[in-house]
Amino acid sequence: MSALGEFRTLRRTRVRRGSGAKREETPDNKAAALFLAPWLVGLVAITVGPMAASLYLAFTDYNLLQDPQFTGLDNIQRMLSDDRLAQSLQVTFVYVVVSVPLQLAVALGLAVLLDRGVRGLPLYRSILYLPSLLGTSVAIAILWRMIFGNEGLVTRFLAHFGYDGPGWVSDPDTALSTLIILHVWTFGAPMVIFLAGLRQLPRELYEAASTEGASRTRQFFSITLPLLTPIIFFNLVLGIIGSFQSFTQAFIVSNGIGGPSDSTLFFSLYLYQEGFTSFRMGYASALAWLLLIIIGAFTALNFWASKYWVFYND
Amino acid sequence: MTDASRTTPRPAPPSLPDPAPASDPDPVRRSGRSARGRVSSVLKHTGLVVVCFLMLYPLLWMVASSFRPNDDIFTDFGLFVDTFDFDHYPTGWDALGHPFDTYLVNSLLVVLGSVIGNLVSCSMAAYAFARMRFRAKPVAFTVMLITIMLPIHVLIIPQYVVYAQIGWINTYLPLIVPKFLATDAFFIFLMVQFIRGIPRELDEAARIDGAGHGRIFAQIMLPLMVPALATTAVFTFLWTWNDFFTQLIFVTDPAKYTVPVALRSFIDAQMTSDFGAMFAMSVVSLVPVFLVFLFGQRFLLRGIATTGGK
Repeated sequence: MSALGEFRTLRRTRVRRGSGAKREETPDNKAAALFLAPWLVGLVAITVGPMAASLYLAFTDYNLLQDPQFTGLDNIQRMLSDDRLAQSLQVTFVYVVVSVPLQLAVALGLAVLLDRGVRGLPLYRSILYLPSLLGTSVAIAILWRMIFGNEGLVTRFLAHFGYDGPGWVSDPDTALSTLIILHVWTFGAPMVIFLAGLRQLPRELYEAASTEGASRTRQFFSITLPLLTPIIFFNLVLGIIGSFQSFTQAFIVSNGIGGPSDSTLFFSLYLYQEGFTSFRMGYASALAWLLLIIIGAFTALNFWASKYWVFYND
Repeated sequence: MTDASRTTPRPAPPSLPDPAPASDPDPVRRSGRSARGRVSSVLKHTGLVVVCFLMLYPLLWMVASSFRPNDDIFTDFGLFVDTFDFDHYPTGWDALGHPFDTYLVNSLLVVLGSVIGNLVSCSMAAYAFARMRFRAKPVAFTVMLITIMLPIHVLIIPQYVVYAQIGWINTYLPLIVPKFLATDAFFIFLMVQFIRGIPRELDEAARIDGAGHGRIFAQIMLPLMVPALATTAVFTFLWTWNDFFTQLIFVTDPAKYTVPVALRSFIDAQMTSDFGAMFAMSVVSLVPVFLVFLFGQRFLLRGIATTGGK
């Protein structure tokens, strides 16, 4: 059961408790307080406290040297006329909307291919999974920068076919696609989740479908896909939340700039530049809250839409 | 993910099914397999081998390039090296302000601290959530789940301000201390899931014998939780080793650089000529990840499957 499934369960148990569940015998309040002490301290000092502080800073002008100046809605006004913010939002949206579904489609396709009693499955799975462990590292981002650079492998390879443009990372039209390719390259993690899900599908359904003469394609669309929708949903929600926060790849591939022409200016990267290179920490806090709101909205939208396409077999 | 998995008793942890044991031939599809079936099987394996090769090609090419003379690197697509150049490793090792082992040790310190912190704090919190009854538990549990998804961006600026005031910038405390405070809630959740699979009779028997929560946790739960602890350790290792965002922000003194932040300096303008050295150190930085993957794969897959899908 996943963290997302947990929310559904919580909602149900609350309802159940209302209908007269018996009170627990001896609560362990004291011992629990002890065991939860580190977590509680962390929650207050590392999570909730800073969150509240950044909410306040979002309405201030703050450069770390002078005390924060409360400026009301200035930061929000500034957002509305900030072209680089608009650009970074656009870049990030395109990245999320293209790379997440693409990655999941590849992951699902290979999981289905691997699920059907393929010999050597553990080896294939390991090889395909490995990139997802390396994909967020600086080393791989450097490699990508080189492969798609002006002298890079891909550029030279394409030159054989008459391409004489610059490396993809130095062309504003293609720079973002190198990052999308990098994201798709790390499909191994969702693939493993799909594989685990596929193993839980009831065999009887396939046996019945086979006897009835349903083709494999038909079986995939009528059995596999509907039963996997909770897992697709899980991967989708986590994928979207994660890719909105992508930073390392864009930072390294563009050497911290987000270029060329801001074409790889991920939202996180813009926030980093504002907060930690320009030291506009008030504005950066406002950006952080904007990110939180956007991610929250996307997640809520996902949960709402899930009613129409996710099939829970319970 | 379904509620069904909640009511059906989960298997006891020691026998927790490996989410992906070796392939199990599908009886339905095996039966009546013809020559056509064999052809499609060959096609499938060919396809898989091609995909695997494409996936590994960039990595292998990087390793090959770290042994090639700089002039050959971008003209050679191949994975076999004809002219070996072993100088990139020693050159790269000393190319930055400090020898590369400094950065490796720094990263290792951060990783070790983070692993220990996560193991201690998350297992304690998980035990409380999974086995104790206390006030406001549903609220606390929901809050914990929500923090899993919280983007670090809404926290990092105030954190930076506070750490700057108490002199923690350019120390590893901002990277390690939060781990001792169970801020990686994902691992709490992972362990809660695992503890739920341990039969309650075990701790109830101990309780009847007069053991308190401390003893039950230390002497019964922790030994049974070893697989979940291993998963946590492996993931924490990999995520911390690869983490760039927070290390870039909190560590700005070159002597304190961790591996990712140090590697980053290779792409600063002046350095970009020595590709071989840069690739060599990139390879070095990935060796620990690869080793952990090799030996910890079982725990990685189990972790993904137990918290991920069902």
